[in-house]
Amino acid sequence: MTSTATPAPTSTATRTAARTRWLQDNGVYVAVVVLLLFNAVFTSNFLTVGNFTTQLVQAAPVLIVALGMALVIGTEGVDLSVGAVMALAAAIIPLYLGAGPLVAIVMALVVGVLAGAFNGFLVAKVGIQPIVATLALLVGGRGLALVIANGQLVQLQDRSFLELGTGSVAGVPISVLIAGLLALAVAGLTNRTTFGRQVVAVGGNRRAATLAGLPVNRVLIGVYAISGVLAAVAGVLATSRLAASDPADMGMLMELSAITAVVVGGTPLTGGKVRVLGTVFGVVLMQLVRATLIKHNLPDSIAQMIQAAIIIAAVYVARERR
Amino acid sequence: MTTTTEPAPAVAKSTAARTKVLQRQGAAVALVLMVAVSWLVFPRFGSLDNLRDLALQGSFLAVIALGMTFVIITGGIDLSVGSVYALGGVLAAWGSQYGFLVALLLPLVVCGLIGLVNGLLIARTNMAPFIVTLASLLFARGLLLVITDEGATTYQIAPDSAFVELGRGTVFGFGYPIFIAAVLCVVGGVVLNRTGFGQNVFATGGAEQSARLMGVPLAKTKVLVYTTSGTLAGLAGALTAAYLQSGVTVIGVGLELDAIAVVVIGGTLLTGGMGTVLGTVIGVGLIKVIQNVINQIGTLDSNYQSVVSGVFLLIVVVLQRILRR
Repeated sequence: MTSTATPAPTSTATRTAARTRWLQDNGVYVAVVVLLLFNAVFTSNFLTVGNFTTQLVQAAPVLIVALGMALVIGTEGVDLSVGAVMALAAAIIPLYLGAGPLVAIVMALVVGVLAGAFNGFLVAKVGIQPIVATLALLVGGRGLALVIANGQLVQLQDRSFLELGTGSVAGVPISVLIAGLLALAVAGLTNRTTFGRQVVAVGGNRRAATLAGLPVNRVLIGVYAISGVLAAVAGVLATSRLAASDPADMGMLMELSAITAVVVGGTPLTGGKVRVLGTVFGVVLMQLVRATLIKHNLPDSIAQMIQAAIIIAAVYVARERR
Repeated sequence: MTTTTEPAPAVAKSTAARTKVLQRQGAAVALVLMVAVSWLVFPRFGSLDNLRDLALQGSFLAVIALGMTFVIITGGIDLSVGSVYALGGVLAAWGSQYGFLVALLLPLVVCGLIGLVNGLLIARTNMAPFIVTLASLLFARGLLLVITDEGATTYQIAPDSAFVELGRGTVFGFGYPIFIAAVLCVVGGVVLNRTGFGQNVFATGGAEQSARLMGVPLAKTKVLVYTTSGTLAGLAGALTAAYLQSGVTVIGVGLELDAIAVVVIGGTLLTGGMGTVLGTVIGVGLIKVIQNVINQIGTLDSNYQSVVSGVFLLIVVVLQRILRR
């Protein structure tokens, strides 16, 4: 009697759970494929090399920032300061461009590392919640960038620096190439190194990681520093593409785009898991959504509301079940 | 035996008390110092006109920060208030053509509904407050763009309407919004400290599990708190629209950060479970005085303002953390 009654509900339950988990893990890939098919059929001039190049160039800075964000979220943190760090990087570039593009880029990246390490220090050593620690830099960072730049947009003339944003190697834009290489690097870091394992361990259970003797503070500071330097890279590339240093608008609301992409890509906000490929597809998905809406002449207003719905839907699917 | 153990708790208690005082009064002391120094250094600072202006500017932020205080005490956060504020202003300006009541109630209802949805999503589905309200930040901005033909239309409010009076009318030169904000803050303080709902707000943010076991209506409290925050942001928007005589579409970007900053500077813990309305009001005063002084200096870039706000926020948070150890 009991043996026939019990299996039925359990198997239904496990099947639902399995389906939910499958959706959590693969939803983003399915969504990208569906959108690609939809556009291939209904959008004119979608399947062209030119269009794909444009989409990828637009997505490259978001992807670079999202890679760092994925690592931070993997440690159960969040980095709200990425947009402000991009603005800082943009403000630094014209100051040092006179000494050559390489010096300018290195200085911008150094500022990114320092800003990130500062966030990491506040989170790891002082013990401030990540959302608050990085909020301070979000509030102050852009102001600082504007103070550095005297609140002005500076046109950039340096040929070799601008090449970074406009040039391409074998038909692939340099910024896309850099984003791809960084994605591979971060994937390697998470899946193949001790540091990657430690990131996930700290995010999964910080106390246990501490008790197990992992260098928790070093891992946290490292992760935020990586997020900072990646944001600076994105700032440099975006500045080069714009051919101007514009700290007022550079990276505005970038933290939202990056967090959205990471969460849509299946990395849970509760930490303990980093999905690099999912993040890449999360960025591609959000870019495709935007492109689809624009190409079908839907206004910006509707586009924003649909993005809001996607964020809610993705987080709803990915949420931790009690 | 007992005599030797006795002093230890006493010392601990006095340290704890001192910590509490510092946490509670730190912002107040800073505000008093700032005002005193500004008064001495800048002759124009103490003029009645300037003080009236300062209070008026602060009143809009205070209304939003009041709702944020409740949200943060429950351990949550509301990132949507900047967008909701702008939406409230546009709705009020659009509604003003149908009379005073529509102009006032439309933003309150719509913005309250957005807050209600925030609260329901957070309380019922266990999603992180910051991601839910992030989505409604985008949604409210989108709705605003729909109403204003993608931001191309700015609705004007007839200068002789009663609604404009709400934003521009004065008593002894002090604008109505100042009194509205003051009354709301007093009511908010009483609700927080003297009612069962206030107790529930603290309990929700203090220790959610224990609160659940004690039978605190967590879901109801959260829904109410986010609804209040949305409604207040809408009201602040409506008041601003009445003051500006139009529904400006581009305002409110990043305002949620200011609101969070003043709440935290006022001593409310972002981890929840502790905070005061008075602290928030002091936080608003502090930020607005700093802003005012930077404007008075004149030669200073107005961008220093956000740098100073950021540094202030940082100092307060670090101090809070160190004092709690």
